[in-house]
Amino acid sequence: MEHIVIIGNGISGVTLARHLRKLSDKKITLISAETDYFFSRTALMYVYMGHMKFEHTQPYENWFWRKNRIDLKKGYVKQVDTNTKSLQFENGDSFSYDKLVIATGSKPNKFAWPGQDLAGVMGMYHKQDLENLEKHAPNNTVCKRAVIVGGGLIGIELAEMLSSRSIPVTFLVRESSFWNGVLPEGESEMINRHIQNHHIDLRLSTNLKEIKSDGNGKVKSIIIEETEEEIPCHIVGLTAGVSPNIDFLKDSGIDSGKGVKVNRYLETNIKDVYAIGDCAEQREPIGNRRPIEAVWYTGRMMGETLAQTLCGNRRQYNPGHWFNSAKFFDIEYQTYGWVHSTKGKPRYERHFHWKHEDDTKCITVAYHKDNNLFLGINTFGIRMRHETFDQWLTEGRDVDYVMQHLATANFDPEFYSKYEKEIVAAYNKTLQIA
Amino acid sequence: MSLAKPDALDINNKQKLAIIIGVAGLFILVLALFNVNFPNEAFFLLLSLALIVLGTAIFSREAYLNKPEGIKNDGTWFKSISSRGLWGWVLGLVLTGFYIVLYFYPKYLGLGLNGGANTGLISLFDPLSQLLSGRNASQWFVYGTLYTLAILAFGLKFLLKYRHNRYQQWRTASVMLFQLGFAFLIPEFMYVMNNDLPYYDLKSIWPLNYYLFDEWSVKAFLSTGNIGLALLLFGILSIFIITPILTYKYGKRWYCSWVCGCGGLAETAGDAFRHLSSKKLYAWRIERWLIHFVLVFSVVMTTAVVYSYLGYNSNEFWLTRGVFISLVIGFLILVFLGVMLFKRHELAKDATYGAIGFFIVIALLIILHFTGSTEKLFYIKPSALRSAYGIYIGSIFSGVIGTGFYPIFGNRVWCRFGCPMAAILGFQQRLFSKFRITTNGGQCISCGNCSTYCEMGIDVRAYAQSGENIVRSSCVGCGICAAVCPRGVLKLENDSMKGRINSKEILLGNDVDLMKLVNKD
Repeated sequence: MEHIVIIGNGISGVTLARHLRKLSDKKITLISAETDYFFSRTALMYVYMGHMKFEHTQPYENWFWRKNRIDLKKGYVKQVDTNTKSLQFENGDSFSYDKLVIATGSKPNKFAWPGQDLAGVMGMYHKQDLENLEKHAPNNTVCKRAVIVGGGLIGIELAEMLSSRSIPVTFLVRESSFWNGVLPEGESEMINRHIQNHHIDLRLSTNLKEIKSDGNGKVKSIIIEETEEEIPCHIVGLTAGVSPNIDFLKDSGIDSGKGVKVNRYLETNIKDVYAIGDCAEQREPIGNRRPIEAVWYTGRMMGETLAQTLCGNRRQYNPGHWFNSAKFFDIEYQTYGWVHSTKGKPRYERHFHWKHEDDTKCITVAYHKDNNLFLGINTFGIRMRHETFDQWLTEGRDVDYVMQHLATANFDPEFYSKYEKEIVAAYNKTLQIA
Repeated sequence: MSLAKPDALDINNKQKLAIIIGVAGLFILVLALFNVNFPNEAFFLLLSLALIVLGTAIFSREAYLNKPEGIKNDGTWFKSISSRGLWGWVLGLVLTGFYIVLYFYPKYLGLGLNGGANTGLISLFDPLSQLLSGRNASQWFVYGTLYTLAILAFGLKFLLKYRHNRYQQWRTASVMLFQLGFAFLIPEFMYVMNNDLPYYDLKSIWPLNYYLFDEWSVKAFLSTGNIGLALLLFGILSIFIITPILTYKYGKRWYCSWVCGCGGLAETAGDAFRHLSSKKLYAWRIERWLIHFVLVFSVVMTTAVVYSYLGYNSNEFWLTRGVFISLVIGFLILVFLGVMLFKRHELAKDATYGAIGFFIVIALLIILHFTGSTEKLFYIKPSALRSAYGIYIGSIFSGVIGTGFYPIFGNRVWCRFGCPMAAILGFQQRLFSKFRITTNGGQCISCGNCSTYCEMGIDVRAYAQSGENIVRSSCVGCGICAAVCPRGVLKLENDSMKGRINSKEILLGNDVDLMKLVNKD
């Protein structure tokens, strides 16, 4: 029986394993050094906040794996030998495979900051990071202040986590406005204000110079590059993005850049070795997508696709329309299609922006300036239907059509106030001016 | 419980004061329980109830209004009372004890025996009862008052907690209103109008209201002329006409989380315990056996009770034992055939269990008819059957376990494992309803908030992460899963029956051809 070994039990690896089992009778092994069972990484924050216990982040009960004959192995793979098709583990074990799938996800970026390896400096990615945070920041008497470096999605989640335990947070963001490499101006600025409403000390256009030690190997303070200001703190969260977690592949002969290089079939340069999820790097970017997509949904989609290939139905990874979501403290964010940041948008992209007066809801609709083709929407504080936008994008609707039918895409709970009238009125008014 | 965990999630000074106020109110009740005689009972009763409401209101205000609107679950699993810690167990024991005394030893609450005057806690409530209906309080009046008070006070807390969510606000206002009006005030006024009428909470429908068709109850209705007859007819209409229509249009939520008193208490006072329900598969298995067992028990018991007071001679009254049992069996066969003909494929393997259950009921009813005598049915007195149901299901299951165990098993133990009304509504919801929880394409991140906070123990995430709508008979439509979802994935809605149940293998967002290839609808 063919033995498929998957390194990594995150969403990509697990989706692949589940689909392999549905489609075939192959022997499947999932390897992880992090946890015994699959859990939802995106939910770690809720464990620290006390919304859930760790066990609640596990989407399948523990019996699920044996019942579906998916073998689980805990261990850290040190080396991959693609000639003998075997894996060497850190503890000396070895393991052979017929087909190998690398799904090892990411690790937090570190930019050689002085003091970045001190106790109390951590990323927020692995389960071990959560345990570390619990140790160094259990409450606001042990941790009187936290500094977060890096204004992305993980950074703002860490800020929310810490403030749920009333720990004061200073949030250093390199950019001039929160996540404005991705979000258009109006949205980014609204989120700035929302962060500050949660009593976070938000420092924009601010970089970390160094992390100072207390002399016992623990964090004492940080120094800001621009002002030389010293901020005393007990933990430092490094959340300046993530990069593929593939150091163990160095001498394997598997072609890699930042991530493991794969073609559209998610195949690496070596036969019977594949890569999916955060750690995979497309040789050619697909459409507007980045070559490395560290997103939950794309990991899942790659798993769904590769399962077909491994079961004899060779298929390209061919994702549909882009979508994503996040939550910034109390404000939910969804995006469908492409809406670029104010600075990064292509020349043809025009935006219509509407913001509610309560400063917690807004939308940005992107369209093509020449033919009014609807390109995408960002929505904050108003839920919208994935299916509807996916269909409109496929049908190539123009922006007028989308605006006139916006109400049909609404996905807010029943009895919620509706804003479509106001939005459409604002839209019609802008058009007259323009 | 680790010491490092932020257990005492910093309650502020106003909250401490609020606790003192609330506990002072409760303390008056405890003093009364131990027979302290208050000089002016009306004043102290009012004071006690007012302090309890005031304490809860101040506490909630401080807990929620100082922070921006949003989900307020911080520290839920760290607090002793809401994570089966010491305070949780203490509260569970106190509640359980209260229910045992209430149901089985009301004299300890001060109920006057053999027409004697009330003492203790019950006598404290005499003035209020006198005011409303001109009679002294009973243990049920005390219970009803405290029950209503709990729904109002904790309902207010819930309204503040979910001030950003209009669905939660409306349905909470609704249960508060139904409890205060229909369960508490209207029956008292009805008594004032006509004191031969039995206590009748109009919104309490058979089989939840299992004594509606008891001989004393039916006799009382019939002896009070048109109004009594109208009420009895309303009770029957509720079961056969009103309930199916509303459930078809809105799902069982119209009752379970908008109207019902048990649901009302669970959603308000029980809200802090909703995450304690088990989501494990074995719990679901137990649930399905238990709740349908109770349903069968209640149908057979009620039929037997009605049967027992009917006669044999059609000249005396058209509804004889033979006619009645034929009507019941005929109705059940009609429902069974209808389901098997039109909904067989939707039930899938559950159809077998349904069929077995159905034939057991029919067999029991036939045995009842052919072995029954004037005195005995199933070789025992029908009253014994009725009182067994009353004690084990009506009192112990729904009260002692159902509410007493809130802090241990979650707030919907009764609704989930025991309520026969929920079983009937659930059956309708699963097969004949426009209601579903829609999953928003491929947006789920499997975080588990929805499953964790589902009071009915539904593993909502299992559906959401498969892009599948949630159509489950047990769902009471509280809408909390949709509220706590951080990615806007879930929406409660009433839409067409077509495509309501939609299983998917490949989720929206992936290769369109692959989705078409793999997802067969």
